[in-house]
Order: sequence, then C-alpha cells, then structure tokens
Amino acid sequence: MSKAYLARERMLLSGDQAVALAALHAGVALAAGYPGTPSTEILEALSVLGGPAQWAPNEKVALEVCMGAAYGGARALCTMKHVGVNVAADPLFTVAYTGVSGALVLISADDPGMASSQNEQDNRRYAVAAALPMLEPADSQEAYDYTLAAFELSQRWGIPTILRMTTRVCHGKSVVVPGGPTSEPPQPGFVRDIAGRVMIPAHARPAHRRLRAKLAEITAFGETSDLNQVVGEGTALGIVTSGICYQHVREAAPEAKVLKLGLSYPLPEQRIREFAASVDRCVVIEEGDPVLADALAAMGLQVEGKAEMYRFGELNVARVRRIIARDESPEPVPARGKPPQLCDGCPYRRVFETLTRLDCIVSGDIGCYTLGALPPLSGMDSQSCMGASLGVGLGLRHVLPEAEAKRVVSIIGDSTFVHSGITGLVEMAYNRPATGHVLIILDNGTTAMTGQQEHPGTGRLLDHEPTHKLDFPALCRAIGIDDVTTIDAAADPEGFERLLVEALGDGRLHVLIAKRPCLLAAKRIREYERRAERQDGALEVCGNE
Amino acid sequence: MSERVYNVVVAGLGGQGVIKASDILADAAFRSGYDVKKAEIHGMSQRGGSVSSDVRFGAEVLSPMVPPGEADILVVQEATQIDANRDRLKPDGLLIVPDDIDIDALANRRSANVAMLGVLSRHLPIADEQWHEAIRANLAENLWEANLAAFALGQGG
Ligand SMILES: Cc1ncc(C[n+]2csc(CCOP(=O)(O)OP(=O)(O)O)c2C)c(N)n1
Ligand code: SF4
Repeated sequence: MSKAYLARERMLLSGDQAVALAALHAGVALAAGYPGTPSTEILEALSVLGGPAQWAPNEKVALEVCMGAAYGGARALCTMKHVGVNVAADPLFTVAYTGVSGALVLISADDPGMASSQNEQDNRRYAVAAALPMLEPADSQEAYDYTLAAFELSQRWGIPTILRMTTRVCHGKSVVVPGGPTSEPPQPGFVRDIAGRVMIPAHARPAHRRLRAKLAEITAFGETSDLNQVVGEGTALGIVTSGICYQHVREAAPEAKVLKLGLSYPLPEQRIREFAASVDRCVVIEEGDPVLADALAAMGLQVEGKAEMYRFGELNVARVRRIIARDESPEPVPARGKPPQLCDGCPYRRVFETLTRLDCIVSGDIGCYTLGALPPLSGMDSQSCMGASLGVGLGLRHVLPEAEAKRVVSIIGDSTFVHSGITGLVEMAYNRPATGHVLIILDNGTTAMTGQQEHPGTGRLLDHEPTHKLDFPALCRAIGIDDVTTIDAAADPEGFERLLVEALGDGRLHVLIAKRPCLLAAKRIREYERRAERQDGALEVCGNE
Repeated sequence: MSERVYNVVVAGLGGQGVIKASDILADAAFRSGYDVKKAEIHGMSQRGGSVSSDVRFGAEVLSPMVPPGEADILVVQEATQIDANRDRLKPDGLLIVPDDIDIDALANRRSANVAMLGVLSRHLPIADEQWHEAIRANLAENLWEANLAAFALGQGG
C-alpha cells in the first residue's frame, strides 16, 4: 500500500490493508496482535502507514494490552487468526463484562476451508458465547467501513466489538474509496472505576446484567442500522446471509431478495421476521457451522439451511447454486495441486532426518517445520495447537514403557516457543518424567510460517527496529532445565545426532537449540543486524562527544 | 467500457511470481477504471506448493473467486501445473502456457511471469499505458526496464 491515504481517493486494497487504513483514520492509539494467516498483514500494513502497530508474544497478551489501552480511554485494535481467539478467550469473555472506556475492536480472521490453519472453527460462535457484537464485511470497502463502524459502536456502548473476516475478505483485493474519519478519537486518560473493572463476583454479577442491557440496545440499533440491508426485490426466493457469502449469493441468484447481515450479532430479529414473511422461500446461506440457520429456526421461522456436506470447506458461487437447488449429489473433486514442502536447504531438514533415522517419537508443533511431517521426512507424530509439543511430549514420557519413553522428543519453533512453549517448559521441570525429556527449539530467527515476522526472541520490533532480545538459553536454565545446548544442526549434523542420542537416554532434562536462520529470511536478518550495529555505532559516537 | 466481467486465473508454483503477476493484472484493470476483485490463497506459497490467483474485472464484480469452469483465460506459468488447473477454464476459454513465450529471449528468466502478462494483454481490454503503470507500481525501480521489455516480448511488440 502506498503511503498516500487521503480520504475519497479510489484505491485497490486487500481487506487487511483496508482495516489498517480505517484503523488509522479512526485514530487508533495502539494496535497489537500475533501473526496468523489471514490476519497478519493488518498490523504490517498499519506499520507501513506509520500507525502504532506491535506484535505481542501471543494473542492473550495482545488482547490484554489492548484492554489496558481501552481502559485508558484510547481506541485499540487487536488482530489475530481464528484459533488465536481461543488463546485470547479468557480475557475476552471478561472484558465483555467490564466494558471499555475508549474503544476495543478485535479482528477475528477465520479460515473456512483451512487454506493455512489446523481447523476451520467458526468464530461467529464467539460473539454469541462472549455476548459481543460482531460485524462481518463482505469485501475491502466494507472492511474499511465496518472497521470505522466497529470503533464507533465499541465506543458508543463501551463494549468490545468483533470484526469477523474470512480468508477471502482478508486476502482478496477490491476497490475502496475511504470515507475518512467519522468522529474524533477520545483523549486517553485514567478514570478510576473499581467496581466496573475488578471482576470479583460481587462486581461481576451486575456487570453481566449491564452487558446484556448493552446488547439489548445494540439489538434495537441493528433493527434500523444500515449495516443490515435488504438488496433486490422479488418474493419467490429470499436469502439471509453475511460476510463473503453475500457476494457468492448475488452472483449465484441475481433474482433473489437478500437480507445481508453486516451486524450479524446480536440479530435484528424483527427485521429477519419481516424479511422471512415477505418471501415464499427463505434460505440461509452461510459458510461453516449453521449458526444463522439454527438461530432463525430457534426463532420459529420456516427457513432452509444447507445440507451437512456444505459445512465443510469454503463456499463459492457454484456451491451456493447447489445449495439453492438443494443439490446433494457428490461434488466434483478439484484436481490436486503440488503440496508445499520444506525449502531445499531449509536448516530444519537435517533435524528431521536425524529424528527419523533415530526413530524418535516426535511431539510436534505448528510452523514451517510442521512440513517435516510430510513424506519422505515423516518426522513428526502429532501436532494440534501452538505450544502443545511440550505437554503432549511430557504426557507420552509419563505413561509409555521406558524403552519407548526414551524415544520421545518435543520439537517447537522459536516464535511458537515464546507464544506458548514457556509454560510447557516450566511443566517439564516441575513434573519431571522419570526418563527425563528432550525439547528441540528450532531457532530460525523469525516467524517463517506467516511470512517472517519478528518476535521477542529476535530482539526486533514489528518494524524490525532493535529491542530487548529474549535470551533462550538463560531462560531455559532459569526454568530448571539441566542441560541447554545450542548447535547448528545443518552445519554439524553428526554433532547434533551425537548430542541427541545422548540426551534421549540419560534421564536428564535437555533443551537443544538448533540455531540457524531461515534460508529465505537470512539476507534480511543480516541487513537488520547491520542496521542495528550502525545505529549502536552512531549512538556511541554521540556519547563520546 | 465493457459491461461484461472478465475472469482470469493465473496459476503456477510458489516462487514463480504468480501473485505478483496477478497483482499487476488487477492493478492495470483498476487503473483502467474497472471494478476489480482478486482472490488467492497465499498461506504456504513461499514453500514451492501450487499457487493460483483469480482476477475478475468489469462494470461490477461480485464474488472475488472465479467459479469453477468459468475462467475466460487461464495463465499457467509452469507446465506441470496445467492439468491441476484446467478445470478452472470454461470450455472455449483461452489457455496461455510457458511455451507461448520465448524464454531464451528474456534477459532474466525471473520476468517470465510478466512476459506471460504480455501475451495475456493481447486478449484484454486494457491499454498499454495502464499495463506499464501497473508494472512500475508493483515492482522495484531497478526491475522496471527488464520487465517492461519482457512484457513487450510477450505482446509480440
Ligand atoms: C493460536 C495461533 N496463533 C497463530 C497461529 C499461526 N501460526 C502457526 S505457527 C506460527 C508461528 C511459527 O513460527 P515459528 O515457531 O518460529 O516456526 P517457523 O514457521 O519459523 O518454522 C504461527 C504464527 C496458530 N496456528 N495458532
Ligand atoms: S521458509 Fe525458512 S523455515 Fe520455512 S521451509 Fe523455507 S527455509 Fe525452512
């Protein structure tokens, strides 16, 4: 995105870029998140625009930092992928109770069809579960408009607001004409409110009631707000939909009358009833879970949902046509493309070759290195969520017969280790398996999986400027690990293998840090390091004068 | 300006510049005043897997994804990926393949993606000026000359 960001200029933007631009226009004081496809580019774009964007170690911390900013009266933006909301769910459910005095907008970037995710959970459920309003843009223009609307709504009711995007909205590009800011951002300042923000039961009970009262008001707002729209005429076919599905629907059924829910929670029940009554046949088109269909059925409406087969994967124009035609015949299977693999010369290759040769039982984690699970390496036995390599590996060590237990290794990337591996390492030292344990940290100096983002272990901020660098060996020792060794497994595969063989069976607690930069990031990392050195040098010169 | 919607799919392998080519195409259509939408899956594109990107433009574009079997033109940058993408193309659609350009005539093989845009340009209502501007806007300045030449080569000019 260019640095030009004047209002009313026609631009071609991805949904992620549009959110960044709107956040800037809304006067966001702080934006925090953790990388995750398809949300990552929001904070990167905001930073390029000169906005206040920062990576947090994980999504929970990101949300908590944003809560603080919004308690301080500022506008805050928090970005993450759908599974990130699981990590941030604990604060999320309770900041719903406390509310905020500035504004807090949470981006949940869902990935129906799992282009790059471990599951296709439908985060519309979080709006219902946490009792928070949710907006669902259908293209980049709406990503822009709804981000502004989300800040307005959040501030007006003092309620965190979720903007749910999906892969096609995040990464798709379309034309945006930015309208510019609609209101002045508030001035940060602290106003004490102990009963409102300290959620002991005595305070939380009335807070829950306040939350429900806000939702009731927002429901009334949704009944008349133009965030929800009826498009088209005709009475034969009516379709209720939200988000990207709206586009597929308009194309698949141009003759249909469509109720598009931009504010998809809380539902404008009155409007939905009127719409359903105005058409002969009312169909709900939604990707993922039957969230809307179930809600409308629970309202007692005669609406048709989709067949179960369409719960899986993303929708597109062809599938929407089939749903409308009640076609449940098997779908054509798309031709298989070439799967991704570890780059030739990836520093991880040697590590996985060794693990496979030694027939280790590998409790894995998420990142580029998960590709090590694919043949011919086949070097990983489990992978579920970020950080799970430690706990799962320890569980295996605890119960397996000794000979098998001694083959168990946990393996984790550097960014993932900081995200959610540290507490697992504490567990390793606390509930120590009888056979000891081995953790391999794959330190490639970046978050490669999502496109080379910085993290606390790289010692650089989101914009690659230097900051404090988390010292992995010192951290592991402080936690109580017996032996911490750093080695470049690609340069010294035999040394790495010797080390691993010894560590597997000696009953001690080991962390092996396999350190070598990601091949694709190495050049850039060197540039950042040189830039930092030059800055250090410049500072020293100044200091001497 | 044309009322119809043009559907183009660009496909290849990660690292071949599929996304870059589709960015240039979308930008050229955008600069021509069309409504444009572009969709792609680029999560794992860096690691050599299949990549494809859909670009649609016209008076009004709705879904960002070209429905299966509805692409007017399919540009495949890697011969081994033709079969995996053929079902994107409509029955009488146009297939553009690497053999359509003279790869040896390119100063740098890395601009093959842009040379193929040159071939594509012969079939789309987008003026040269917009193509050239889009190439400049999407590439670093030191790459302009080679890529404008590659584009011209593909155009047969
Ligand atoms: C809760 C959660 N947040 C974000 C992601 C997306 N994600 C998966 S792995 C990963 C980090 C990978 O970085 P690292 O551990 O350094 O491994 P690398 O990719 O560099 O090999 C991210 C951001 C996710 N799957 N789950
Ligand atoms: S991007 Fe980096 S970490 Fe990922 S496979 Fe390639 S070299 Fe390895």
